[in-house]
Amino acid sequence: MSAVGPALVAAAGLAGVGALTGVFLPERWQLGPTPRRMRATVVGVCTAGLGAAGLVAGAAALGGARWSADLPGVLPLAGVHLAVDALSGLFMAVAGAVVLAVAVYGIGYAGHGTDARGVQAVLPVFALSLVLVPAAASVSSFLLMWELMAVTSLVLVLAEHRERASVREAGVWYAVMTHLGLVLLLAGLMLFAARAGGETFTALRAGAGGMSPQARGTVFVLVSAAFASKAGMVPLHAWLPRAHPEAPSHVSALMSAAMVNLGAYGIVRVGLDLLGGGPRWWWLMVLGGGAVSAVYGILQAAMASDLKRLLAYSTSENLGLVLIGVGAAGMFADAGNQKLAALALTAALLHVVNHAAFKALLFCAAGSVLRATGLRDLDQLGGLRTRMPATAGLFAVAALGAVALPPGNGFVSEWLLLQSLIHGFAVPGVTTPIVLPLAVAAIALSAGLAAAVFVKALGVGFFARPRSHQAAGATESPASMLAGMGLLAAGCAALALVPGVLGNGLSRATAAAGVTDGTTLSAGSMELRLDRISTVLSPLWVAAALVAGVLAVSALTRLVTRRRRRTNARLWDCGGGAPTARMAYTATSFAEPLQRVFDDVLAPEQDVDVTPVRESAYLVERVRFQRRVPDRIEHRLYRPVLAALSGTGQAARRLAGGSVHLYLGYGFFGLVALLVALTVIQ
Amino acid sequence: MNAVGTAAVAAQVVLVTAGAPLLTGLMRQVRARMEGRAGAGIGQPWRDFRKLLRKEPITPVGTGPAFRTAPLLLVATAAVIAALVPLASTATPVSRNADLIVVVALLALGTVALALAGLDTGTAFGGMGASREMTVIALVEPTILLAVFALSIPAGTTNLPAIIADRIHDPARLASPAGLLAAVALAVVTLAETGRLPVDNPSTHLELTMIHEAMILEYAGPDLALVELGAQMRLTLLLGLLASLFAPWGIATSASAAAVVLALLLFAVKVALLGAALAAAEVFWAKLRLFRVPELLAGSFLLALLAVTASYFLTGE
Repeated sequence: MSAVGPALVAAAGLAGVGALTGVFLPERWQLGPTPRRMRATVVGVCTAGLGAAGLVAGAAALGGARWSADLPGVLPLAGVHLAVDALSGLFMAVAGAVVLAVAVYGIGYAGHGTDARGVQAVLPVFALSLVLVPAAASVSSFLLMWELMAVTSLVLVLAEHRERASVREAGVWYAVMTHLGLVLLLAGLMLFAARAGGETFTALRAGAGGMSPQARGTVFVLVSAAFASKAGMVPLHAWLPRAHPEAPSHVSALMSAAMVNLGAYGIVRVGLDLLGGGPRWWWLMVLGGGAVSAVYGILQAAMASDLKRLLAYSTSENLGLVLIGVGAAGMFADAGNQKLAALALTAALLHVVNHAAFKALLFCAAGSVLRATGLRDLDQLGGLRTRMPATAGLFAVAALGAVALPPGNGFVSEWLLLQSLIHGFAVPGVTTPIVLPLAVAAIALSAGLAAAVFVKALGVGFFARPRSHQAAGATESPASMLAGMGLLAAGCAALALVPGVLGNGLSRATAAAGVTDGTTLSAGSMELRLDRISTVLSPLWVAAALVAGVLAVSALTRLVTRRRRRTNARLWDCGGGAPTARMAYTATSFAEPLQRVFDDVLAPEQDVDVTPVRESAYLVERVRFQRRVPDRIEHRLYRPVLAALSGTGQAARRLAGGSVHLYLGYGFFGLVALLVALTVIQ
Repeated sequence: MNAVGTAAVAAQVVLVTAGAPLLTGLMRQVRARMEGRAGAGIGQPWRDFRKLLRKEPITPVGTGPAFRTAPLLLVATAAVIAALVPLASTATPVSRNADLIVVVALLALGTVALALAGLDTGTAFGGMGASREMTVIALVEPTILLAVFALSIPAGTTNLPAIIADRIHDPARLASPAGLLAAVALAVVTLAETGRLPVDNPSTHLELTMIHEAMILEYAGPDLALVELGAQMRLTLLLGLLASLFAPWGIATSASAAAVVLALLLFAVKVALLGAALAAAEVFWAKLRLFRVPELLAGSFLLALLAVTASYFLTGE
């Protein structure tokens, strides 16, 4: 009897209670002299319990427990099939952990339209769907969970629609993109089920071998496009930098740290497990898409001055890195090298876990800033370190994870990813010597740019002096928000120092994905033993050495120096006197050199608007300079399609002139055309 | 083994720390002589260091923990790298952990700490230096990692002692196309990473052209001494890394005390020669415009990419 089943039942029960209390409880509750926020607290506690149950279920599955259930009565015709193996368990545990921390955070995160009845009722359902998507074990139940997740997240994105018009626009983009994804997914999985002769995952797995290569290829392309769009892969990422910034921050954290992971889960589940791997071109496609989105995402993040938009693009980058790992794993598996495939997949899955930890923390800290100042624009922030020390410190911890430098947690998985690519030379053929160096170059470039991005976010947003009165008046967040962020920071630290404890779970997860030869990652360090090589990374050792180094240098300097430290001295600034906040570098000016370097890729738009005085063209009344760095892919790819669609719509209005005779004529000619077509086909 | 190995690690750290200012002094002296000046003498950086240590440390108003800890972190990362990189011996207690990617990442960590300190002051120059430094580092990082990649493929590992031991046993690898291309790429990167000509001018104090100096304008006294020492150690380490990777002769592979002493001497000579050559070359170079620097770095990136592809084709079957 495993713990998975009871934990999932508990999760579903808590979600139900949470949703009901969200609908029926009053918002405030008068107990003593001060009213307390009742609804948010009860819903938050239920959701946190749900997250904990999901974490327990996932951890049990990672520990080797398997569980499955058939509920024939729930859905008509097909019924619901659930099954949990180690691969599902990993994603379930990540979602559960993020939900737990974010729900604790959400209790204190008030205002901005998030206290509304509908929003509070939907939040637990969204959290439950995040936990249950990996548990689905048949096409119909998977699609049901997937759509539940899409619809509930859409409602949550729209939570603040009364406050900003941009929320509505983001909602439309998100709704359209996610449902186009659903159409692709539906088409792909239906084709798969029809050809394999069954819709449960067991039947699909059994029938996949008998399918023709064309059918398998079509299924993979359709399904992976849908999943890649959910994972924010370029060029299907357009919804991500819109929806993540506009959603309330705890919802952004859930979406960015738990929902996008399921895109990667889908590709691994369908591509490697259900279809049983495939030819090289599938995985080249995944790897190439991952590499492009890693570099493009982080480049856009480097240009962004909106803090949450920056984080959203960084999500696109990190999922790109995950997809590079998944693609490499598929390639290696196709070439018959199970060890390397397992290594690459382990790296990808570990990066999913690491990314979830630091990205949830980054979004929560950004939400904390937003709550205190009402600002997301880095150019207007600054100086938050003294006013919100805890938030600034937690943001710094997460940023260290995100820059992929030791002793952060992101470094560990990127190191593992690089190792798998370096050892890929063991795979014969002409493709690997061309593809793998380019993949390493993409990872390295994104790592370098990520350093610039997070130095900008931390240095400009939290250090220096405040550049607006809102930033100057910021106050620290309430205890529950800090507690939620503290949980996430503890997770980041644990993943950074002892990633080896996940070793057994990760090798079970890769085995569940069909890559049987797991690598050995010992606890406390990351030790790789492949055919003739062994490489070691001990994050704990590196961190200890750094701490010892800093302490030693500090002690030695203390010993040698004679004079006391003078604090609160005036800034020298080359003798220029006390600089004002307006003189400090902003996020835009910080990114300017990078923007010039990548001019050809980013294609910035600038516009000088000169208004002369009425009497003379030589006297200038006003000069307005505008410079924007738009998302170029969006401009080139989406705008023309949207313009064409709306142009067609405008033109089609002429067809409906209001004359009934005309409409009858359309009906008649339509019917005749249909009959003619049918006779021709027959 | 352990006693000699531990002594070798300690000797590496001490030699790099104590020798880094001397290397800078030597380079300045070479430069001065070639320009027809007398020069300040090789010991001048050490005298400057002692002078700065006696002065008053200053924390300007509005700066925080990032400003305070950056000098410590800069020197600490350099010291950890000095312990990790097999400059004198490949048989040390830390050699299992001496991963080339970790070394590269630790160097970048020092740079990031200093850039954050520059932003922390809230001055225009601090921000400018940080912005330029991060632009350069964003372009340097891929080149280093690709060069690392090219060097790791023949040895089959990113473990530095293993790579160097492999090269000592099979010197033909040094002259391979991949090895040469990677050497040139790493050399260009060394110039960029340590702020030498033609990327940055280490002796300039003209605000508009500087990168490294702009970030550290607010430091004074012992803090400034640490920042200077950190920068000098990083130069020594990168030159030492180049020397170890591309001229590995003399590095002790066994645990004999005599071999370690000889290796330390040889290391000092190799780095002094490389430093003198760099200083001599710098006399004939002019600083590049900031926005021409990416072209130089893109060139070295391409060399590194070619190195990787070459080593794939030449070592794969």
